[in-house]
Amino acid sequence: MTAPSTSPKILLRDVAKTFGAGRDEFAALGGFSLAVDDGEFVTVVGPSGCGKSTVLAILAGLEPATSGSVAVDGAPVSGPGPERGVVFQQYALFPWLTVRQNVEFGIRDLPRHERRQRADHFIDLVGLGAFADNLPKTLSGGMKQRCAIARAYAADPSILLMDEPFGALDSLTRARLQEQLLQTWTADRRTILFVTHDVDEAVFLANRVVVMAGRPGRVHAEVEVALPYPRTEDIRLGPDFTELRNRVWHAVHHQ
Amino acid sequence: MSASAVASGTGTSAREGAGRGRTGRFALNVVSVVAGVGLWWGLAAAGLQFPTPVQVLARGWQMALDGTLLTDVLASVRRVLIGFALGSMAAIVVGFLMGWFAAARALLEPWVQFFRTIPPLALLPIVLVLLGIGETPKIFVIFLASFLSCVISTFQGVTDVDRTLINAARVLGSSGPDIFLRVVVPATAPFILVGMRVGLGSAWGTLVASEMLAAQDGLGQRMQRAQLYYDLPTIYVSIIAIGVLGLVMDRLLQVAGDRVTGWQERR
Repeated sequence: MTAPSTSPKILLRDVAKTFGAGRDEFAALGGFSLAVDDGEFVTVVGPSGCGKSTVLAILAGLEPATSGSVAVDGAPVSGPGPERGVVFQQYALFPWLTVRQNVEFGIRDLPRHERRQRADHFIDLVGLGAFADNLPKTLSGGMKQRCAIARAYAADPSILLMDEPFGALDSLTRARLQEQLLQTWTADRRTILFVTHDVDEAVFLANRVVVMAGRPGRVHAEVEVALPYPRTEDIRLGPDFTELRNRVWHAVHHQ
Repeated sequence: MSASAVASGTGTSAREGAGRGRTGRFALNVVSVVAGVGLWWGLAAAGLQFPTPVQVLARGWQMALDGTLLTDVLASVRRVLIGFALGSMAAIVVGFLMGWFAAARALLEPWVQFFRTIPPLALLPIVLVLLGIGETPKIFVIFLASFLSCVISTFQGVTDVDRTLINAARVLGSSGPDIFLRVVVPATAPFILVGMRVGLGSAWGTLVASEMLAAQDGLGQRMQRAQLYYDLPTIYVSIIAIGVLGLVMDRLLQVAGDRVTGWQERR
Protein backbone atom coordinates (compact mmCIF):
# COMPACT_ATOMS: atom_id res chain seq x y z
CA MET A 1 0.00 0.00 0.00
CA THR A 2 2.80 2.44 0.80
CA ALA A 3 5.26 3.74 -1.73
CA PRO A 4 8.43 1.62 -1.70
CA SER A 5 11.51 3.59 -0.77
CA THR A 6 14.97 2.77 0.45
CA SER A 7 14.76 4.59 3.79
CA PRO A 8 11.65 5.21 5.87
CA LYS A 9 10.12 8.70 5.96
CA ILE A 10 10.44 8.85 9.75
CA LEU A 11 12.92 6.81 11.72
CA LEU A 12 13.30 6.89 15.49
CA ARG A 13 15.90 4.53 16.88
CA ASP A 14 16.30 3.76 20.57
CA VAL A 15 15.14 7.23 21.55
CA ALA A 16 15.24 8.17 25.24
CA LYS A 17 14.05 11.38 26.85
CA THR A 18 14.50 12.35 30.47
CA PHE A 19 13.16 15.50 32.09
CA GLY A 20 14.62 17.13 35.17
CA ALA A 21 17.76 16.02 36.98
CA GLY A 22 18.86 14.24 40.16
CA ARG A 23 15.96 13.21 42.37
CA ASP A 24 13.41 14.84 40.08
CA GLU A 25 14.68 12.98 37.03
CA PHE A 26 11.83 11.49 35.07
CA ALA A 27 12.23 9.12 32.13
CA ALA A 28 9.50 10.00 29.64
CA LEU A 29 10.83 7.77 26.88
CA GLY A 30 13.27 4.86 26.91
CA GLY A 31 14.27 2.70 23.98
CA PHE A 32 11.55 4.02 21.72
CA SER A 33 11.92 2.88 18.12
CA LEU A 34 9.56 3.44 15.22
CA ALA A 35 9.77 3.57 11.46
CA VAL A 36 7.07 5.19 9.35
CA ASP A 37 7.04 4.85 5.57
CA ASP A 38 6.16 7.60 3.17
CA GLY A 39 2.41 8.00 2.80
CA GLU A 40 1.49 6.00 5.90
CA PHE A 41 -1.17 7.06 8.39
CA VAL A 42 0.11 5.88 11.77
CA THR A 43 -1.71 6.49 15.02
CA VAL A 44 0.00 6.30 18.40
CA VAL A 45 -2.21 5.33 21.31
CA GLY A 46 -1.44 4.62 24.94
CA PRO A 47 -2.39 5.39 28.52
CA SER A 48 -2.04 8.99 29.62
CA GLY A 49 1.47 9.88 30.66
CA CYS A 50 3.05 7.19 28.48
CA GLY A 51 5.09 9.76 26.57
CA LYS A 52 3.18 9.78 23.30
CA SER A 53 3.11 13.56 23.11
CA THR A 54 6.83 13.61 23.86
CA VAL A 55 7.45 11.47 20.77
CA LEU A 56 5.64 14.07 18.71
CA ALA A 57 7.46 17.01 20.32
CA ILE A 58 10.81 15.36 19.56
CA LEU A 59 9.80 14.69 15.96
CA ALA A 60 8.56 18.25 15.60
CA GLY A 61 11.97 19.47 16.77
CA LEU A 62 10.49 21.24 19.78
CA GLU A 63 12.31 18.99 22.28
CA PRO A 64 15.73 17.39 21.79
CA ALA A 65 16.01 13.66 22.44
CA THR A 66 18.27 12.79 25.36
CA SER A 67 19.76 9.88 23.41
CA GLY A 68 19.05 7.81 20.33
CA SER A 69 18.61 8.97 16.77
CA VAL A 70 15.74 10.81 15.13
CA ALA A 71 15.67 11.19 11.36
CA VAL A 72 13.22 12.50 8.80
CA ASP A 73 13.89 11.74 5.13
CA GLY A 74 17.20 10.30 6.24
CA ALA A 75 18.42 13.56 7.81
CA PRO A 76 18.77 13.96 11.58
CA VAL A 77 16.21 16.24 13.24
CA SER A 78 17.76 19.23 15.03
CA GLY A 79 14.81 21.62 15.17
CA PRO A 80 11.49 22.44 13.55
CA GLY A 81 11.37 22.27 9.76
CA PRO A 82 8.95 23.23 7.02
CA GLU A 83 8.55 19.61 5.91
CA ARG A 84 6.88 18.83 9.24
CA GLY A 85 3.53 20.46 10.02
CA VAL A 86 2.16 20.26 13.56
CA VAL A 87 -1.41 20.40 14.83
CA PHE A 88 -1.75 20.89 18.58
CA GLN A 89 -4.53 19.71 20.85
CA GLN A 90 -5.28 23.20 22.12
CA TYR A 91 -5.50 24.62 18.57
CA ALA A 92 -2.73 27.13 19.31
CA LEU A 93 -4.24 29.74 17.01
CA PHE A 94 -2.89 33.26 17.46
CA PRO A 95 -5.96 34.90 18.98
CA TRP A 96 -5.08 38.39 17.69
CA LEU A 97 -4.96 37.22 14.06
CA THR A 98 -7.90 36.42 11.81
CA VAL A 99 -8.38 32.97 10.33
CA ARG A 100 -6.63 34.05 7.13
CA GLN A 101 -3.76 35.74 8.97
CA ASN A 102 -3.30 32.59 11.05
CA VAL A 103 -3.14 30.44 7.94
CA GLU A 104 -0.70 32.88 6.33
CA PHE A 105 1.58 32.92 9.41
CA GLY A 106 3.93 30.20 8.17
CA ILE A 107 4.10 31.27 4.52
CA ARG A 108 5.00 34.94 4.86
CA ASP A 109 8.02 34.55 2.58
CA LEU A 110 5.71 34.05 -0.39
CA PRO A 111 4.68 37.07 -2.46
CA ARG A 112 1.50 38.67 -1.19
CA HIS A 113 -0.75 37.51 -3.99
CA GLU A 114 0.41 33.90 -3.91
CA ARG A 115 0.24 33.82 -0.11
CA ARG A 116 -3.32 35.00 -0.17
CA GLN A 117 -4.28 32.48 -2.84
CA ARG A 118 -2.67 29.58 -0.97
CA ALA A 119 -4.29 30.58 2.33
CA ASP A 120 -7.73 30.90 0.77
CA HIS A 121 -7.35 27.52 -0.92
CA PHE A 122 -6.77 25.74 2.38
CA ILE A 123 -9.37 27.81 4.22
CA ASP A 124 -11.91 26.69 1.62
CA LEU A 125 -10.65 23.11 1.89
CA VAL A 126 -11.51 22.99 5.60
CA GLY A 127 -14.83 24.75 4.97
CA LEU A 128 -14.03 28.07 6.68
CA GLY A 129 -14.39 30.22 3.55
CA ALA A 130 -17.11 32.34 5.12
CA PHE A 131 -15.01 32.92 8.25
CA ALA A 132 -11.69 33.94 6.72
CA ASP A 133 -11.79 37.38 8.33
CA ASN A 134 -13.07 36.19 11.72
CA LEU A 135 -11.03 36.24 14.90
CA PRO A 136 -10.57 32.85 16.61
CA LYS A 137 -12.73 33.93 19.57
CA THR A 138 -15.79 33.88 17.30
CA LEU A 139 -15.19 30.26 16.21
CA SER A 140 -16.33 26.99 17.79
CA GLY A 141 -13.77 24.41 18.91
CA GLY A 142 -14.20 22.36 15.73
CA MET A 143 -13.78 25.43 13.53
CA LYS A 144 -10.66 26.46 15.44
CA GLN A 145 -9.12 23.07 14.88
CA ARG A 146 -10.00 23.18 11.19
CA CYS A 147 -8.26 26.55 11.00
CA ALA A 148 -5.21 25.05 12.70
CA ILE A 149 -5.21 22.18 10.21
CA ALA A 150 -5.43 24.63 7.30
CA ARG A 151 -2.50 26.53 8.82
CA ALA A 152 -0.42 23.36 8.97
CA TYR A 153 -1.32 22.42 5.38
CA ALA A 154 -0.55 25.89 4.02
CA ALA A 155 3.20 25.41 4.48
CA ASP A 156 2.86 22.25 2.34
CA PRO A 157 4.60 19.83 4.71
CA SER A 158 5.24 16.25 3.63
CA ILE A 159 4.55 15.06 7.18
CA LEU A 160 1.72 16.02 9.50
CA LEU A 161 2.27 15.55 13.23
CA MET A 162 -1.01 15.69 15.12
CA ASP A 163 -1.15 15.73 18.93
CA GLU A 164 -4.63 14.64 20.04
CA PRO A 165 -6.10 17.22 17.66
CA PHE A 166 -9.71 16.16 18.18
CA GLY A 167 -9.42 15.39 21.90
CA ALA A 168 -11.30 18.47 23.08
CA LEU A 169 -14.19 18.19 20.61
CA ASP A 170 -17.64 16.65 21.01
CA SER A 171 -18.09 13.24 19.41
CA LEU A 172 -20.16 14.39 16.42
CA THR A 173 -17.67 17.10 15.46
CA ARG A 174 -14.85 14.66 16.03
CA ALA A 175 -16.36 12.05 13.71
CA ARG A 176 -16.85 14.64 10.99
CA LEU A 177 -13.30 15.96 11.27
CA GLN A 178 -11.94 12.40 11.23
CA GLU A 179 -13.73 11.75 7.96
CA GLN A 180 -12.53 15.01 6.44
CA LEU A 181 -8.97 14.28 7.51
CA LEU A 182 -9.15 10.82 5.89
CA GLN A 183 -10.57 12.33 2.70
CA THR A 184 -7.67 14.75 2.44
CA TRP A 185 -5.17 12.04 3.28
CA THR A 186 -6.55 9.62 0.69
CA ALA A 187 -6.24 12.39 -1.89
CA ASP A 188 -2.68 13.55 -1.15
CA ARG A 189 -1.11 10.73 0.92
CA ARG A 190 0.91 12.96 3.15
CA THR A 191 2.57 10.95 5.91
CA ILE A 192 0.62 11.41 9.14
CA LEU A 193 1.65 10.57 12.68
CA PHE A 194 -1.40 11.04 14.87
CA VAL A 195 -1.33 10.78 18.67
CA THR A 196 -4.57 9.98 20.49
CA HIS A 197 -5.83 8.35 23.67
CA ASP A 198 -9.00 7.23 21.91
CA VAL A 199 -8.77 3.60 20.76
CA ASP A 200 -11.70 3.89 18.31
CA GLU A 201 -10.16 6.92 16.70
CA ALA A 202 -6.75 5.24 16.48
CA VAL A 203 -8.19 2.21 14.65
CA PHE A 204 -10.60 4.14 12.43
CA LEU A 205 -7.95 6.46 11.00
CA ALA A 206 -4.78 4.43 10.72
CA ASN A 207 -3.29 1.84 8.47
CA ARG A 208 -1.11 1.00 11.48
CA VAL A 209 -1.69 1.53 15.20
CA VAL A 210 1.28 1.85 17.54
CA VAL A 211 0.41 1.02 21.15
CA MET A 212 2.74 2.54 23.73
CA ALA A 213 3.55 1.46 27.26
CA GLY A 214 4.63 4.02 29.82
CA ARG A 215 7.40 4.73 32.34
CA PRO A 216 9.52 4.93 30.34
CA GLY A 217 7.54 5.30 27.11
CA ARG A 218 8.23 2.60 24.52
CA VAL A 219 6.42 0.67 21.80
CA HIS A 220 4.31 -2.06 23.38
CA ALA A 221 2.60 -3.45 20.29
CA GLU A 222 1.91 -2.63 16.66
CA VAL A 223 -1.39 -3.52 15.01
CA GLU A 224 -1.81 -3.45 11.24
CA VAL A 225 -5.25 -2.15 10.25
CA ALA A 226 -5.97 -3.85 6.93
CA LEU A 227 -9.37 -2.23 6.53
CA PRO A 228 -9.91 -0.58 3.14
CA TYR A 229 -10.17 3.16 2.54
CA PRO A 230 -12.44 5.07 2.31
CA ARG A 231 -13.47 4.12 5.81
CA THR A 232 -17.22 4.32 5.73
CA GLU A 233 -19.74 4.12 8.50
CA ASP A 234 -20.29 0.46 7.56
CA ILE A 235 -16.65 -0.24 8.24
CA ARG A 236 -16.79 1.62 11.54
CA LEU A 237 -19.76 -0.49 12.63
CA GLY A 238 -18.59 -3.77 11.09
CA PRO A 239 -17.16 -6.87 12.81
CA ASP A 240 -13.60 -6.46 11.45
CA PHE A 241 -13.35 -3.03 13.00
CA THR A 242 -14.70 -4.31 16.30
CA GLU A 243 -12.20 -7.15 16.36
CA LEU A 244 -9.26 -4.81 15.69
CA ARG A 245 -10.52 -2.31 18.20
CA ASN A 246 -10.72 -5.04 20.85
CA ARG A 247 -7.15 -6.10 20.12
CA VAL A 248 -5.89 -2.54 20.49
CA TRP A 249 -8.04 -2.00 23.57
CA HIS A 250 -6.46 -5.04 25.23
CA ALA A 251 -2.99 -3.92 24.29
CA VAL A 252 -3.64 -0.51 25.84
CA HIS A 253 -5.44 -1.62 28.97
CA HIS A 254 -3.71 -4.89 29.87
CA GLN A 255 -0.01 -4.17 29.47
CA MET B 1 -39.41 57.45 37.59
CA SER B 2 -36.45 56.52 39.73
CA ALA B 3 -38.50 53.80 41.41
CA SER B 4 -39.36 52.17 38.10
CA ALA B 5 -35.74 52.51 37.00
CA VAL B 6 -34.63 50.70 40.12
CA ALA B 7 -37.22 48.00 39.55
CA SER B 8 -36.20 47.40 35.95
CA GLY B 9 -32.52 47.59 36.93
CA THR B 10 -32.74 44.97 39.64
CA GLY B 11 -35.11 42.83 37.61
CA THR B 12 -32.69 42.61 34.69
CA SER B 13 -30.48 39.57 35.00
CA ALA B 14 -27.18 39.36 33.15
CA ARG B 15 -28.65 36.84 30.72
CA GLU B 16 -31.31 39.19 29.40
CA GLY B 17 -30.85 41.48 26.43
CA ALA B 18 -27.67 43.53 26.64
CA GLY B 19 -29.45 46.76 25.65
CA ARG B 20 -32.00 46.57 28.40
CA GLY B 21 -29.41 45.51 30.96
CA ARG B 22 -27.23 48.47 30.05
CA THR B 23 -29.98 51.08 30.39
CA GLY B 24 -31.01 49.44 33.65
CA ARG B 25 -27.49 49.65 35.00
CA PHE B 26 -27.13 53.25 33.81
CA ALA B 27 -30.35 54.16 35.60
CA LEU B 28 -28.92 52.61 38.76
CA ASN B 29 -25.70 54.62 38.28
CA VAL B 30 -27.73 57.83 38.11
CA VAL B 31 -29.81 56.87 41.13
CA SER B 32 -26.67 56.14 43.10
CA VAL B 33 -25.02 59.46 42.22
CA VAL B 34 -28.19 61.45 43.00
CA ALA B 35 -28.55 59.64 46.34
CA GLY B 36 -24.90 60.32 47.18
CA VAL B 37 -25.21 64.04 46.49
CA GLY B 38 -28.46 64.07 48.48
CA LEU B 39 -26.71 62.44 51.44
CA TRP B 40 -23.91 65.00 51.21
CA TRP B 41 -26.44 67.83 51.18
CA GLY B 42 -28.29 66.33 54.12
CA LEU B 43 -25.09 66.06 56.18
CA ALA B 44 -24.17 69.66 55.31
CA ALA B 45 -27.66 70.82 56.33
CA ALA B 46 -27.34 68.84 59.58
CA GLY B 47 -24.42 71.10 60.55
CA LEU B 48 -21.41 68.85 59.80
CA GLN B 49 -18.25 70.37 58.40
CA PHE B 50 -19.38 70.18 54.77
CA PRO B 51 -19.95 72.96 52.28
CA THR B 52 -23.27 72.44 50.49
CA PRO B 53 -23.27 71.27 46.87
CA VAL B 54 -24.53 74.72 45.90
CA GLN B 55 -21.57 76.44 47.56
CA VAL B 56 -19.18 74.08 45.81
CA LEU B 57 -20.87 74.62 42.45
CA ALA B 58 -20.72 78.38 42.90
CA ARG B 59 -17.03 78.26 43.79
CA GLY B 60 -16.35 75.98 40.84
CA TRP B 61 -18.13 78.40 38.51
CA GLN B 62 -16.15 81.31 39.93
CA MET B 63 -12.83 79.44 39.58
CA ALA B 64 -13.74 78.46 36.03
CA LEU B 65 -14.53 82.11 35.14
CA ASP B 66 -11.39 83.66 36.63
CA GLY B 67 -9.22 80.98 34.98
CA THR B 68 -7.66 79.48 38.09
CA LEU B 69 -9.38 76.13 37.54
CA LEU B 70 -8.10 75.86 33.99
CA THR B 71 -4.57 76.88 35.00
CA ASP B 72 -4.52 74.33 37.82
CA VAL B 73 -5.98 71.57 35.68
CA LEU B 74 -3.52 72.21 32.86
CA ALA B 75 -0.56 72.27 35.22
CA SER B 76 -1.60 68.99 36.86
CA VAL B 77 -2.61 67.18 33.67
CA ARG B 78 0.64 68.19 32.00
CA ARG B 79 2.69 66.70 34.85
CA VAL B 80 0.66 63.51 34.90
CA LEU B 81 0.76 63.01 31.16
CA ILE B 82 4.51 63.58 30.85
CA GLY B 83 5.36 61.43 33.88
CA PHE B 84 2.89 58.72 32.93
CA ALA B 85 3.93 58.57 29.28
CA LEU B 86 7.64 58.36 30.12
CA GLY B 87 7.01 55.87 32.94
CA SER B 88 4.86 53.57 30.82
CA MET B 89 7.28 53.60 27.91
CA ALA B 90 10.20 52.82 30.18
CA ALA B 91 8.15 50.10 31.91
CA ILE B 92 7.29 48.40 28.61
CA VAL B 93 10.92 48.39 27.49
CA VAL B 94 12.27 47.21 30.86
CA GLY B 95 9.41 44.70 31.31
CA PHE B 96 10.14 43.13 27.92
CA LEU B 97 13.86 43.01 28.66
CA MET B 98 13.21 41.33 32.02
CA GLY B 99 10.75 38.86 30.54
CA TRP B 100 12.78 37.90 27.49
CA PHE B 101 16.41 37.91 28.72
CA ALA B 102 17.19 35.95 31.86
CA ALA B 103 20.30 38.08 32.47
CA ALA B 104 18.33 41.33 32.28
CA ARG B 105 15.83 39.90 34.71
CA ALA B 106 18.53 38.89 37.17
CA LEU B 107 20.14 42.34 36.95
CA LEU B 108 16.97 44.43 37.18
CA GLU B 109 14.61 42.47 39.36
CA PRO B 110 16.20 43.25 42.77
CA TRP B 111 15.94 47.00 42.06
CA VAL B 112 12.42 46.85 40.73
CA GLN B 113 11.24 44.72 43.65
CA PHE B 114 12.96 46.97 46.18
CA PHE B 115 11.66 50.26 44.83
CA ARG B 116 8.21 48.79 44.40
CA THR B 117 7.86 48.57 48.18
CA ILE B 118 8.72 52.28 48.60
CA PRO B 119 5.98 54.79 47.87
CA PRO B 120 7.54 57.08 45.25
CA LEU B 121 6.59 60.08 47.39
CA ALA B 122 8.94 58.89 50.11
CA LEU B 123 11.74 59.57 47.65
CA LEU B 124 10.61 63.16 47.08
CA PRO B 125 12.99 64.71 49.64
CA ILE B 126 15.97 63.04 47.96
CA VAL B 127 14.65 63.89 44.52
CA LEU B 128 14.20 67.53 45.50
CA VAL B 129 17.80 67.70 46.69
CA LEU B 130 19.05 66.07 43.51
CA LEU B 131 16.82 67.69 40.92
CA GLY B 132 15.99 71.07 42.43
CA ILE B 133 12.54 72.53 42.90
CA GLY B 134 11.31 72.95 39.30
CA GLU B 135 9.01 70.64 37.37
CA THR B 136 11.55 67.84 37.10
CA PRO B 137 11.23 66.33 40.60
CA LYS B 138 7.43 66.17 40.44
CA ILE B 139 7.46 64.62 36.99
CA PHE B 140 10.14 62.23 38.16
CA VAL B 141 8.11 60.85 41.08
CA ILE B 142 5.08 60.47 38.79
CA PHE B 143 7.32 58.73 36.29
CA LEU B 144 8.51 56.40 39.03
CA ALA B 145 4.97 55.68 40.24
CA SER B 146 3.65 54.74 36.80
CA PHE B 147 6.83 52.89 35.87
CA LEU B 148 6.76 50.65 38.94
CA SER B 149 3.06 49.84 38.49
CA CYS B 150 3.45 48.94 34.84
CA VAL B 151 6.81 47.18 34.74
CA ILE B 152 5.81 44.15 36.82
CA SER B 153 2.64 43.69 34.80
CA THR B 154 4.51 43.81 31.49
CA PHE B 155 7.17 41.44 32.78
CA GLN B 156 4.47 39.06 34.03
CA GLY B 157 2.78 39.23 30.63
CA VAL B 158 5.94 38.20 28.82
CA THR B 159 6.60 35.26 31.11
CA ASP B 160 2.94 34.18 30.92
CA VAL B 161 2.84 33.89 27.13
CA ASP B 162 1.34 30.52 26.27
CA ARG B 163 4.18 28.08 25.46
CA THR B 164 1.96 26.42 22.88
CA LEU B 165 1.74 29.67 20.89
CA ILE B 166 5.52 29.98 20.89
CA ASN B 167 5.81 26.34 19.80
CA ALA B 168 3.22 26.94 17.08
CA ALA B 169 5.30 29.86 15.80
CA ARG B 170 8.46 27.73 15.91
CA VAL B 171 6.99 24.91 13.86
CA LEU B 172 5.74 27.53 11.39
CA GLY B 173 9.31 28.64 10.82
CA SER B 174 9.73 31.52 13.29
CA SER B 175 12.64 31.99 15.64
CA GLY B 176 14.11 34.51 18.11
CA PRO B 177 13.28 38.12 17.20
CA ASP B 178 10.48 37.05 14.90
CA ILE B 179 8.70 35.15 17.71
CA PHE B 180 9.22 38.12 20.00
CA LEU B 181 7.63 40.62 17.60
CA ARG B 182 4.86 38.44 16.19
CA VAL B 183 3.86 36.44 19.28
CA VAL B 184 5.23 37.85 22.54
CA VAL B 185 4.44 41.51 21.90
CA PRO B 186 0.78 41.05 20.88
CA ALA B 187 0.20 38.40 23.57
CA THR B 188 1.54 40.81 26.21
CA ALA B 189 -0.59 43.79 25.14
CA PRO B 190 -3.48 43.06 27.56
CA PHE B 191 -1.06 42.83 30.50
CA ILE B 192 0.56 46.12 29.51
CA LEU B 193 -2.84 47.75 29.36
CA VAL B 194 -3.75 46.57 32.86
CA GLY B 195 -0.39 47.83 34.11
CA MET B 196 -0.94 51.19 32.46
CA ARG B 197 -4.34 51.60 34.06
CA VAL B 198 -2.94 50.83 37.49
CA GLY B 199 -0.02 53.14 36.66
CA LEU B 200 -2.32 55.98 35.71
CA GLY B 201 -4.15 55.67 39.02
CA SER B 202 -0.96 55.76 41.02
CA ALA B 203 0.37 58.63 38.87
CA TRP B 204 -2.64 60.74 39.87
CA GLY B 205 -2.24 59.87 43.53
CA THR B 206 1.41 60.75 43.46
CA LEU B 207 0.81 63.95 41.54
CA VAL B 208 -1.61 65.44 44.03
CA ALA B 209 0.57 64.61 47.01
CA SER B 210 3.72 65.92 45.34
CA GLU B 211 1.94 69.17 44.45
CA MET B 212 0.85 69.54 48.04
CA LEU B 213 4.45 69.19 49.16
CA ALA B 214 6.29 71.14 46.50
CA ALA B 215 4.55 73.10 43.79
CA GLN B 216 3.56 76.64 42.87
CA ASP B 217 0.46 75.63 40.93
CA GLY B 218 -1.75 72.64 40.19
CA LEU B 219 -4.80 71.12 41.83
CA GLY B 220 -2.87 69.70 44.78
CA GLN B 221 -1.25 73.03 45.52
CA ARG B 222 -4.66 74.76 45.25
CA MET B 223 -6.04 72.41 47.90
CA GLN B 224 -3.05 72.88 50.14
CA ARG B 225 -3.43 76.68 50.03
CA ALA B 226 -7.21 76.50 50.52
CA GLN B 227 -6.70 74.41 53.63
CA LEU B 228 -4.60 77.20 55.18
CA TYR B 229 -7.53 79.60 54.76
CA TYR B 230 -10.13 77.03 55.75
CA ASP B 231 -11.61 77.45 52.26
CA LEU B 232 -13.57 74.19 52.08
CA PRO B 233 -15.47 74.77 48.78
CA THR B 234 -12.19 75.22 46.87
CA ILE B 235 -10.92 71.92 48.28
CA TYR B 236 -14.09 70.20 47.12
CA VAL B 237 -13.87 71.71 43.66
CA SER B 238 -10.29 70.45 43.36
CA ILE B 239 -11.19 66.97 44.62
CA ILE B 240 -14.05 66.69 42.16
CA ALA B 241 -11.81 67.94 39.34
CA ILE B 242 -9.17 65.32 40.23
CA GLY B 243 -11.79 62.58 40.31
CA VAL B 244 -13.41 63.56 37.02
CA LEU B 245 -10.07 63.95 35.23
CA GLY B 246 -8.85 60.60 36.53
CA LEU B 247 -12.05 58.93 35.41
CA VAL B 248 -11.92 60.50 31.95
CA MET B 249 -8.28 59.54 31.43
CA ASP B 250 -8.92 55.99 32.61
CA ARG B 251 -11.86 55.64 30.21
CA LEU B 252 -9.84 57.02 27.30
CA LEU B 253 -7.09 54.53 28.06
CA GLN B 254 -9.64 51.72 28.24
CA VAL B 255 -11.22 52.66 24.92
CA ALA B 256 -7.82 52.88 23.26
CA GLY B 257 -6.88 49.56 24.87
CA ASP B 258 -10.00 47.76 23.72
CA ARG B 259 -9.01 48.48 20.15
CA VAL B 260 -5.66 46.79 20.74
CA THR B 261 -6.87 43.86 22.85
CA GLY B 262 -10.32 43.24 21.38
CA TRP B 263 -9.22 39.79 20.25
CA GLN B 264 -9.28 38.47 23.82
CA GLU B 265 -11.78 35.77 24.71
CA ARG B 266 -13.91 36.75 27.67
CA ARG B 267 -15.02 33.94 29.90
